[in-house]
Amino acid sequence: MSMHVLIVNDTTYEIDVDPRTPLLYVLRNDLGIISPKFGCGLSECGACTVLADGRPVRACCVPVGSLASQKIVTVEGLGTPERPHPLQQAFIDEQAAQCGYCIPGMLMSAQALLAQNSSPTDEQVRQALAGNLCGCGTHIRIVKAIQRAAGIMRREEGRP
Amino acid sequence: MTFCISRRSFLQGLSALVVGFRFDGALATELLTPDRSVEQMQKSLDVRQLDAWLAIRQDGQVIVYSGKVELGTGVETALRQIVAEELCVLFESTVLIQGDTQLTPDQGITAGSKTIQVGGAQLRRAAASARQYLLDEGARRMGLDKSMLDTIEGCVIYRGDPSGRYVRYTDLLTGGAFDSPVGESFSIRESKNYRIVGQSVPRVDIPAKVFGQFRYVHDLSVPGMVHGRVIRPPITGASRLDGLKIENLDASELPAGARLIYEGNFVGVVAEQEWVAMQAARALKVTWSYTSTLPNPGDLYDRLRHVAGKPEVLIEYGDVSEHMGQAAHVISAEYRWPFQNHDSIGPSCAIADVRADSATIWSGTQGVYPLRSALADLLRLDREAVHVIYSQASGCYGHNGADDAAGDAALLSKYCGRPVRVQWSRADEHGWNPKGPAMLMQLQGGMNASGDLIAWHFQNWTPTHVTRPNAKAGAASLLAGQLSQGLVVQGPNAGGDRNAVVNYTLVNCRVETHWIDPLDSPLRPSALRGLGAVANTFANESFMDELAWAASVDPLAFRLRYLQDPRGRVVLETVVQQARWTPRSMSRRRWTGELAQGRGVSYVQYENENAYVAVVADVAVSLAGVRINRITVAHDCGLIVNPDGVRNQIEGNVIQATARTLKQEVTFNPTGVTSLEWGAYPVLAFHELPEIDIVLIDQPDQPSVGAGEATSAAVPAAIANAVFDATGLRLRQVPLTRERLTEAMQT
Repeated sequence: MSMHVLIVNDTTYEIDVDPRTPLLYVLRNDLGIISPKFGCGLSECGACTVLADGRPVRACCVPVGSLASQKIVTVEGLGTPERPHPLQQAFIDEQAAQCGYCIPGMLMSAQALLAQNSSPTDEQVRQALAGNLCGCGTHIRIVKAIQRAAGIMRREEGRP
Repeated sequence: MTFCISRRSFLQGLSALVVGFRFDGALATELLTPDRSVEQMQKSLDVRQLDAWLAIRQDGQVIVYSGKVELGTGVETALRQIVAEELCVLFESTVLIQGDTQLTPDQGITAGSKTIQVGGAQLRRAAASARQYLLDEGARRMGLDKSMLDTIEGCVIYRGDPSGRYVRYTDLLTGGAFDSPVGESFSIRESKNYRIVGQSVPRVDIPAKVFGQFRYVHDLSVPGMVHGRVIRPPITGASRLDGLKIENLDASELPAGARLIYEGNFVGVVAEQEWVAMQAARALKVTWSYTSTLPNPGDLYDRLRHVAGKPEVLIEYGDVSEHMGQAAHVISAEYRWPFQNHDSIGPSCAIADVRADSATIWSGTQGVYPLRSALADLLRLDREAVHVIYSQASGCYGHNGADDAAGDAALLSKYCGRPVRVQWSRADEHGWNPKGPAMLMQLQGGMNASGDLIAWHFQNWTPTHVTRPNAKAGAASLLAGQLSQGLVVQGPNAGGDRNAVVNYTLVNCRVETHWIDPLDSPLRPSALRGLGAVANTFANESFMDELAWAASVDPLAFRLRYLQDPRGRVVLETVVQQARWTPRSMSRRRWTGELAQGRGVSYVQYENENAYVAVVADVAVSLAGVRINRITVAHDCGLIVNPDGVRNQIEGNVIQATARTLKQEVTFNPTGVTSLEWGAYPVLAFHELPEIDIVLIDQPDQPSVGAGEATSAAVPAAIANAVFDATGLRLRQVPLTRERLTEAMQT
């Protein structure tokens, strides 16, 4: 065990943990941040996706010791019911969930994409979500929701 | 971290409850039974009583108690719509309490596409009956004749009074309860007056899910909880765990703080930290001896044929043998469907708090009452001493590992004296959950010289599709019971005959099922979305296509010849119009691997009496395999409660059924399941998505029937028929992989 500083959703935490522990267990069990989900533990399904300095990473595999000073963002840090992020609002508007277990990971992968590319094609959206699996078959709504959010974000930033 | 919620914050609103967080039963009973204390009453669970289904709080909130649960299909919203409509209250004033053996009535399992069809009908009846009760009470209170009264937004009003005399529902009930039976006769509102049913009310659970606030069973935590993991034997996923014995158990490498627990062949570890429990599970060295009863993978279908019992004749009319003998053309075909899995992105999870004389279990189970019976048997407690609370898990689409995880947690908690949370690994779920059974279907059809179908013979070989927990099987239905007590999997013959019979009007017909005992199924079989209807309809609708081509008749026209049910004809005619179907004719050219387009049609009436579905698949076939460009669906499930909810279900069915048809096959060898992660057993990826075009046919005057499974049955044959249309190759074994395509091309 050793002390580690983690910055999650703009809050700094100091935690005493084995540095090899995957980030997911620290977020969920030590910090009570439950949106990243355990799906496979193999970086295959994307349910645990969070952003580390803007890059999507699989929290189920990345050791917490490797993330010192990186800014971690989870769905809790995207927006709130009072101030929803355009992606969250778009997922509600498109009713883009069934069981919803994969949705936090989808949102974070989408956020990483839109930060890089504000006008993705559907093909680029599908590409960005290649590492995120959905078992209920909500894919079409998810793609639509991301495109809807992209449009809103472009308008908010005054871009065409 | 332990998530605690104070009683005070709970009382401030039911929003915490909507996101699926639960407490110990006594507190919940006290709080959720409006305006009464636990001492005064026990929450009624008697389905004949209104109080089992409904209560109205003093603040006007209508509490709906449902034994059918939200698995992620949107029924929480739809059931509330039904009650709000029938009771004449605002949708927003309703809240649903689901799946709790101390609070909700026993409605069996949430499965078979029956939540709206059966559970919705029960709630509709209860709400209609409650409205009559309130009208009677209102009439008495206001001194007016009941016929002069109406109900609106939670009030009984006097229609003839322009000043609007009214009395609130809450003022007509003592302590929010009805103390009255569900009436025998009551009027149900006419569908033309509906304001809430038929609307695409947005799903109530989605906001919490996109804000990361929704608490799945995986996200619950109870005070004092430790984390558990179970160490499994070899012969992963086998029905028979024969000759299984622990030869050696070496716990010397167990990390500090981890504890070993075992009973019989059930071996687990617990630890305060989840990561430590995971490492402990890896550090534990177990040597097993066992006998494999699994066939070589290539022998699977022969095995099914050989272990089956005497056939059950499902339907027989005319004289099949005689007319088959007289037929000008006899066509035979055999279709194969593999073992398949559940696609739950989150592996199963459960929490159990087992005490000396009671137990509380939080589970994503599809049936809190059947699971309670199994757990009571496992723990050797009275049924009433076991409290099972449903908490939503990752979408399951059948009997996945949810119940087994509850058994694991219960047994570990019993031995360690602490609440235990068990989280299955991906390999646990892919390997050990019960599998949708492999099936073999044989068809023979006889046609006369003019191409009329004069004889039809269907037979299939299938394990039962139901080995779910129930009172009779008890602990034998749980892996924990099978491993700790040496009990064996069991279940009645069920599900494999679903849609074995076709809804075409045939003159000479015999349909029979050769049942396979669950213990004789190589892998442990149980319910997967659609049960036998998916494989049987794949076979029946592929065969209709084969017959049509043999008769040189367009496959659509051929079906319409034998389809008399007007609602069935409407879905078929609608789907072909939507898809701009043109009569198909055979290309004489042999397919050699070039890109080829094709389209196929398929039709089913689910369970022969429920939803009508017709599907057209447009595919592109090349040496890279089969790609689905577009799936068009026409769908009639009677009265539609929530159109967007139905569309969401149909989309899910199409996408999952596409994966099942093209990609999904549980692989195994004599030492058990080998497809233990998403690479080996994949779901459909984003780049493989078809376009989906759905036409809903609403039937406001027909009862609502399920929409959760029917489409899955119709999709596979539409795809296989389209592949034939494109290439002239008839693929009769699912999944329709590139390898099988190439093999068919070369033979």
